[in-house]
Amino acid sequence: MKDKDWTKPEAMAIPKEGYFTLEKGRYGPTYPRTPACHGFTIIAKIKPGTEEEIRNHGKRLEEAVKGSPEVLAPLQLHYLRWVLFDIGSDKYFMYQGIFDTDFDKYTEDAVALFTQTGINTIFEKLEGFPEDWKTNAPAFIKFVREHQWPSFLEYGEYPYVTAGEIKKALRLKKAFSEMLDQMQ
Amino acid sequence: MLELNDIQHFLLARTPALAARYEFLTFREPSAGREWLAGIIDKVGTGASVGTASPDSRWVTVAFTWNGLRALGVDESSLATFPEEFRQGMAARAEIIGATGENHPDRWVGEVASSALHAIAILFASDAAERERCTLQHANYLSGISGAGLLSSLDLEAIPPYGCAHEHFGYRDRLSHIAIEGTADQPQPGSGPAIKAGEFFLGYVDESGLQPALPQPETLSHNGSYLAYLRLQEHVGVFRDFLRQQGSTRDEQELIAAKLMGRWRSGAPLVLAAVKDDPALGADMQHTNNFDYGRMDPLGYACPVGSHIRRMNPRDTAENMQRRRLIRRGGTYGPPLPEDAPEDGVERGIAAFIGCASLVRQFEFAMNVWVNDPNFKDLGNERDPFVGTQDGTFDLTIPRRPIRKKLVGLPAFTTIKGGAYFFLPGIRALRFLAGIR
Repeated sequence: MKDKDWTKPEAMAIPKEGYFTLEKGRYGPTYPRTPACHGFTIIAKIKPGTEEEIRNHGKRLEEAVKGSPEVLAPLQLHYLRWVLFDIGSDKYFMYQGIFDTDFDKYTEDAVALFTQTGINTIFEKLEGFPEDWKTNAPAFIKFVREHQWPSFLEYGEYPYVTAGEIKKALRLKKAFSEMLDQMQ
Repeated sequence: MLELNDIQHFLLARTPALAARYEFLTFREPSAGREWLAGIIDKVGTGASVGTASPDSRWVTVAFTWNGLRALGVDESSLATFPEEFRQGMAARAEIIGATGENHPDRWVGEVASSALHAIAILFASDAAERERCTLQHANYLSGISGAGLLSSLDLEAIPPYGCAHEHFGYRDRLSHIAIEGTADQPQPGSGPAIKAGEFFLGYVDESGLQPALPQPETLSHNGSYLAYLRLQEHVGVFRDFLRQQGSTRDEQELIAAKLMGRWRSGAPLVLAAVKDDPALGADMQHTNNFDYGRMDPLGYACPVGSHIRRMNPRDTAENMQRRRLIRRGGTYGPPLPEDAPEDGVERGIAAFIGCASLVRQFEFAMNVWVNDPNFKDLGNERDPFVGTQDGTFDLTIPRRPIRKKLVGLPAFTTIKGGAYFFLPGIRALRFLAGIR
């Protein structure tokens, strides 16, 4: 992985099952790292009448991150995208996350963090979410896996670069510009 | 309150044993298993009995595989309530813990990967003579029960010098100690707070602050724990050759040995003794764990990020550490290899049990992520130098100023020769299993 060339944009077509060879993780198959890093797309129907509460939670998470910018750091995220959309008369929620860790590896840490930050309250509005999730992490994880739709194509303009590497490069760039400015 | 008189002593007390024997048992019919168990329950030590009565000379523990619970007649609806990883067993999940290649269950010894493995009787004894006495007694007992048999066994013995526990590579062992909330144990300085009992025993609040649902019936699961058994062969000749290749002087070799482990062979941690061994520190349980990584050694200049102890317990540099703790029990088997002797081909190693309340969250996480994730802490191409699945293609980076040193292509110092998942029931549960009402 270390030898992947970030200067060369790369696309990867992914088989229907979401992986090329079956590699067993603790909670199911593990998914490959692609030019667009690791990630998942969870799509689930919401319980009728909960749309407003879900939307309001966006604001709550905004405030949580403002108050404590490191709060989601353990997830090693690049981006989160939360979308609500209609299929027929039903409302669906899509949780798309792009991150640098293999989800299977740190899955319990993610569940713990969802609880800490209240993200779980959104999950509770989803149909079929296990009621005993607080004491049953495997059931939480099973729900996520059952509602995860693997991509069939992922693309990276700067493939395989981690958020940590990007931040390091930007820090270096900043330090360098400051140095140049001070040399004037 | 912990029901110390119902919980088997195994994970609660470290006994002063210098010898041990593991017997792997099979039952051809439920009545045989129940008869065997009924006659042995009274010999099983509890958290209340061990260490308080007159000095014991032997300590007995019994545990069962999922197939073993079925072999004793536990009904299918109960069996289905046990967690998936326990139902599947370690051999079926070998890939997850890195038991591949030379470590694959097809190559395991003692029939432990077989579905015929039903139970284990663990005997810890004050010395080898006491072990022999108990072995004979148990053989006589077993021969009287038709339908109960021995699949295999393993004898263990401490290796010299006897003052403290060592393994075959020469490292001091048993340096970590986990204090469980609700017991008299106090955490050692630097070891973090006591851990909630539910992380090790079923039926108690765990570090989530809640009490997970129990496998059914509760009589069977309450006060129980899970054990992951691992028989790990240590290739002492390969290890010593490697040290000789990497270091031309004795001091250089000892430093390499320390960098692989994260501690000097005396037990002194590199974070507190970066350049020179400090045997007194290694032996001082009040100080030998009193360090962290994030503040004292963030970049690993003292203790490499990929070293064994920094992977197996990243301390302040990992999330949810309180939910990843493990209690280890076990010992060494096989004769020690004399210091100047070449590899003799005799199998020697460590055969240990890792105790926890969730095999998937605690044991399998440690093996899958901390031990075998090549990209642990962005290392890129490394695995645990001792326990990781090594095949000559992984490295160890030793941060150094001005230029780091990279040990390229570590050989396998160990091979997994056996493994299994067991359920360690409480005493009431043992009676339930034996059919005693």
